Amino acid sequence: MTIELTNITKNFGAFAALDGVDLKIADGELLALLGPSGSGKTTLLRIIAGLDWPDGGDVSFDGENALKRGAGERQVGFVFQHYALFRHMTVFENVAFGLRVKPRAIRKDEASIRARVKELLDLVQLDWLADRYPGQLSGGQRQRIALARALATEPRILLLDEPFGALDAKVRKELRRWLRSLHEEINVTSVFVTHDQEEALEVANRVVVMDKGKIEQVGTPGEVYDYPATAFVHGFIGESVVLPVNVAEGRVWIGDQPLNITAPNVGGPSKLYVRRHDMQVGSESIGLRGAVRHVRSFGAIQRADIAVCAGGNETLIEIDTPRDHALRTGETVELHPRRFRIFAD
Amino acid sequence: MRGSGVVTAGSGRRNTLPGFGLTMGLTLTWLSVIILIPLAGLFLKTFELSFAEFANIVTSRRTLNALKISFGLAFGAALVNLVMGSIVVWALVRYRFPGRRIFDAIVDIPFALPTAVAGIALTSLFAQKGWLGAPLAELGIKVAFTPLGIFIAMIFIGIPFVVRTVQPVLIDLDPEIEEAAASLGANRWQTIWRVILPSLIPALLTGFALAFARAVGEYGSVIFIAGNLPNVSEIAPLLIVIRLSEFRYADATAIAVVMLIVAFLIILVVNRLQYWAQTRIPVH
Repeated sequence: MTIELTNITKNFGAFAALDGVDLKIADGELLALLGPSGSGKTTLLRIIAGLDWPDGGDVSFDGENALKRGAGERQVGFVFQHYALFRHMTVFENVAFGLRVKPRAIRKDEASIRARVKELLDLVQLDWLADRYPGQLSGGQRQRIALARALATEPRILLLDEPFGALDAKVRKELRRWLRSLHEEINVTSVFVTHDQEEALEVANRVVVMDKGKIEQVGTPGEVYDYPATAFVHGFIGESVVLPVNVAEGRVWIGDQPLNITAPNVGGPSKLYVRRHDMQVGSESIGLRGAVRHVRSFGAIQRADIAVCAGGNETLIEIDTPRDHALRTGETVELHPRRFRIFAD
Repeated sequence: MRGSGVVTAGSGRRNTLPGFGLTMGLTLTWLSVIILIPLAGLFLKTFELSFAEFANIVTSRRTLNALKISFGLAFGAALVNLVMGSIVVWALVRYRFPGRRIFDAIVDIPFALPTAVAGIALTSLFAQKGWLGAPLAELGIKVAFTPLGIFIAMIFIGIPFVVRTVQPVLIDLDPEIEEAAASLGANRWQTIWRVILPSLIPALLTGFALAFARAVGEYGSVIFIAGNLPNVSEIAPLLIVIRLSEFRYADATAIAVVMLIVAFLIILVVNRLQYWAQTRIPVH
C-alpha cells in the first residue's frame, strides 16, 4: 500500500514536533525514519498509525483519506518500542488478540484463529513459547512476539518504533538481519523509526533523515551516505571531519591559506565536510596540512589526531588512513580530501 | 524481577544485606506481642467452655444470625465498593477535571473520621426525617435502624480501601498497552474488559479483601444506624459486646473465635486468588 503525507504539522504546546512534512512511501517499501531524539520521527509514525492526530496536513493510504479512520480501522500493525505486550496473557493469546476482538460477523472460528497464530509463531520462530507469559521472555523474544501480534490481522502497513532500541548489541544485529529477510518474505509496506544510523542504513531500502520536525533528505542508504544533501545529514550519518573555511568567488580559503579546490555554489563562511576515511595523507598538495598529534593502529587502519591550522585557530581532526604509510607523531603531513562537500554556514 | 531484594536465611555466608538476625528477631517479637499473644489469649479463654457449651453458643439462633448479618452484609458491601471504587479510581486517575484533588482527598475521609461520628452522621442523614431518609421514606424505603443501614455504613467505611489499593496500579499501567489494543482493532469496551481490568485484578482483590475485613470488624459506625434488633439487625461484634456486659466472657470469646476463623478463611481464599492472579502476571 502507498502512503502519502502532505504538509503535516504537529505542535506540543510551543514545541513544533513536525513542521510541514511531505513524504511518499511506495508499496512494499522498507523505510527508515532516522534522526536524533526530538526530531519528530516517532510523532510522524504515530500519526500514520492513528495514535496521534496532526494539527494540519493530510494522510492518505492508497489515495484515500486516512484521517477519517481511527487507529483500529486503518489496518496498521504497530510494534511499540517497549513491546506493550499484554502481561496477563500467554504469548499465544497475545498474538491471537487482534483476531479475537474482531466483530462477530467477520471473526474467524477458533480453529482458524489457532492455525493463524501457529503460523505466525512459526514465522517468528517462537512456536515453542506459545504457553509462556511475556514476563518469562527475553527482550529479543518479546520483540518478535510483538511483531507476530502486529502481523496477525494482516495489516496493510507495518510500523515499528525503535524496534531494536531496547536490545543488546548482539541480539540487535541478529534481529536486523532477520527483520530484513522477514520483510522480503511478507513484503508488507513497512516503516521503522530509529536513531541509529547503522541500523537505518543496513536494514532499510530507503532512509528519511529528519531533524527538528523537518525532513532533511530522502534517499537510498547509499545516497544519503555518499551524497548528503545538507550539513546536518553529513554530520549525522557516518564519521565526518569538519573544518571551518571561507569561500570567496568559488575559491576556498582555510584561514589565510587558499586551498586548491573549488566550491561553485557556496559563498561566505562555510564548513568543509570530509568522511574520515576520505581524508588521504600523501604527497599531493592542495594547501591543507597539519601536524600529527597522536596515532593509534588497529586492524587494517591507523587512526590519527591531526591539528590543522585554520585562521589562527587549531582544529583537531581525526582521520583513518591505511597502515602502509606509517604516520609518526610530530610530523607535518599534507592532507588531501578524496571526496568532500562544502556547506555554507 | 520477582524475588529481588529478598534475602534467604541461613546460608551462613556473609550477606550483602546484613541485619537479618536483628530484623527477624524484632519482627517475631513485635508480631507476637501485638497480634499472636492476644489471639492466643482469646483461644485459651474459650477452653473454659466444654465443647458442648461452645457448640451451643455458636449454633444458637442469635449468634448464627449475627454472624450471617456481619459476614453477609460485609461481603455485599465489599462487592459494591469493588465496583463503585473501580469507577471512582478510573475517574480520578484518567481524567483531569476541576476539583479532582478535592475528590481525591474526600476518599480518605472514612479512614480519618472517628467511626462514632460517621455512624451518627449517617444515622441522622438516613433517619425518617433526615435529608436522605425523608425522600426515601416516601418511596417506602427505610434505611436507618434496618440491615440496609448496616450495609450503607459498611460501604462508607470500606471505599477508601479499594480506591487506595487500585489507584497506584492504575497510574503505573502503561498507556502503550491501551494503544496496542486499539491499533489491533479492539474497541474501548474490549480494551477495558480484556486488557485493563485483568491487569488490575490483583489490586482489585486486595482492595476487596481489605474492605471486607474492615466491614466485618466494624463496630462504631454500624451500631448507631443498625437498630440492633436481635436476629434482624444485630452484628456479631455488638453481640460480643453485649455478652461482655453480661459478664459472659467465655460466650463472647467463643463468638470472637468463630469470627476470627471465618475471617481468616475468607482472607486466605482471597490471598490465594491474588497469588494465582499475580503469578499469571509476572512483575517486570
